[in-house]
Amino acid sequence: MKLLRWIFLCAAFFAALTANAALEIEISGGGAQQIPIAVVPFGGAANTKENINEIVAADLQRSGLFRVLETRGMANLPTNSSQIKYAEWVALQAQAVTVGNVESLGGGKLKVSFQLMDALKQTQLAGMDYQIAPNQVRTTAHKIADVIYQKLTGQSGMFASRIAYITKTGKQYALLVADADGYNPQSVLRSNEPIISPAWSPDGTKLAYVSFQKKKPIVYVQSLTGGTQEVLANYKGNNSAPAWSPDGSKLAIVLTYGANSQIYTVSSSGGDLKQITKSNSIDTEPTFSHDGSQIYFSSDRGGKPQIYKVPASGGSASRVTFEGAYNVSPRFSPDGKSLAYIRNDGGKFRVALQDLASGQVQLLSEGAQDDSPSFAPNGRVILYATKLHGRGALAAVSSDGKVRQRLNDATGDVREPAWGPLLN
Amino acid sequence: MSTFSTKLFMALAISVVLVACKSTPIKPATVEDKSPSASTANTTPDAGAGADTGAIKEAAIDSSANGNDKNNPLKDPNNILSKRAIYFDYDSDAVKAEYRPIVEAHGKYLVAHPDTKMIVQGNTDERGTREYNLSLGQRRSVAVKKALNLLGVQDKQIETISYGEEKAVQNCGDEDCFAKNRRADVVYEGD
Repeated sequence: MKLLRWIFLCAAFFAALTANAALEIEISGGGAQQIPIAVVPFGGAANTKENINEIVAADLQRSGLFRVLETRGMANLPTNSSQIKYAEWVALQAQAVTVGNVESLGGGKLKVSFQLMDALKQTQLAGMDYQIAPNQVRTTAHKIADVIYQKLTGQSGMFASRIAYITKTGKQYALLVADADGYNPQSVLRSNEPIISPAWSPDGTKLAYVSFQKKKPIVYVQSLTGGTQEVLANYKGNNSAPAWSPDGSKLAIVLTYGANSQIYTVSSSGGDLKQITKSNSIDTEPTFSHDGSQIYFSSDRGGKPQIYKVPASGGSASRVTFEGAYNVSPRFSPDGKSLAYIRNDGGKFRVALQDLASGQVQLLSEGAQDDSPSFAPNGRVILYATKLHGRGALAAVSSDGKVRQRLNDATGDVREPAWGPLLN
Repeated sequence: MSTFSTKLFMALAISVVLVACKSTPIKPATVEDKSPSASTANTTPDAGAGADTGAIKEAAIDSSANGNDKNNPLKDPNNILSKRAIYFDYDSDAVKAEYRPIVEAHGKYLVAHPDTKMIVQGNTDERGTREYNLSLGQRRSVAVKKALNLLGVQDKQIETISYGEEKAVQNCGDEDCFAKNRRADVVYEGD
């Protein structure tokens, strides 16, 4: 299977991407204040196919918040904190140093240990041991990167998570799930008919999506561990735009039971159908507010499409966006403080981010055909679909607009990204 | 680097032992195909965490019927019933006069065959978001349905759906290309 790989545009750093990556990741920009960190190669590296330090370093670098220092040429490469000669790392301008080790426990088990040390104070900031199977090395490396990220930025992590996306290669559509760094793509569904709108259950165990495999849009829910595809909504007309409530108990969907698209809720098992909006306009693209009390959606009830909200149990809707002639595809940030959506900015469809308290809007992407904004689990990055050289590609931008990434698939179209929750 | 300094000040030595991290392998869907030519769907093997699942079942969920086209007025290229596309103006769901004969022919056929069912599929060009376009395409299919209803076709014979931009010719460079995507297709049950 063709992998996508993040391409690093940043001239300062080229990660050694050795494993089979599917998405090509490209990074540009970066925070003005990047934390200089040395991620020392782990001891016992022969016990793993992949170098944990490289995976960790790539994650940190990709965030734009870290400057990962070159460790090659260092006389001493410690694998635990007692071996660290701090003066050498301070001379390299490191503020933090990570060291670690991989030990084989026999029976196919590995023990991965790591410590994050303050290079100046010579104190430990974090230390972890993980007992894992060999196929959990990458996930463990991402968890280590999340610990480092959290300790040094004060923000929760985002690396040990997955993304779902759709590819179109020739006439075939595929729904894929990959690690957030583009590695380990796994097929969830393939079809010769379109697949759109994947949505993660809040616990990350299921995907809802729309498949046209029966020649009409039907909403399915599929367990990622069980593999069974179950119909969530197959009513007359269109069934589309699934969005989970924060507690996972129900989904908002869009049906065209009458004529126009209207928003309904349905329990996660498919029962208890309830109509939420009743209008003569298009009401679509529902998304729950982070506390589950409201459903935000796109509607052309005022003429041009704008974003509105309605109580999640139904009621009267009120308008949310006033600036710009066309705003659609709302998505709540995990902290509930901001709303990402797509704005038609003079013919260019771009990712916009609105602070809900102040109403201030920032256009984060360049366009011209950006679609499907999706927040990282910590809200610091927004993943979205874009067009690159006439083909669908994925892109990501930090929520402050300073760091940009692109993911390519050399063989086909990539679209409809959805970033899942942190892995347990 | 104030955050960093603060964190240093608050430095804690934390040692967490996570025994046997949970792995969550992804299993692909088993899509059942009810079409006659399809092989029986099998449960797909567990992918296993980290595995690249080349062994995913590629469900043959797209089947086409092989009827005798010559005797079927719906398939006879000389019959107006073989014409299935109705094109629309930009940002419009009005059925234009030049497509009235096509709509009327299908209306007569459906009235004469009250057990025959049809799906009208609305389509849009690729400008705009996918779900919003799905809703826009729906307006076009509903417009065709309303025209058919006026000719006496029963509601139960027609289902209106939308493909939105999914069947659009991508990367249109000109108006002619966009115009081809602003379309409703009529599809008979069993087509």
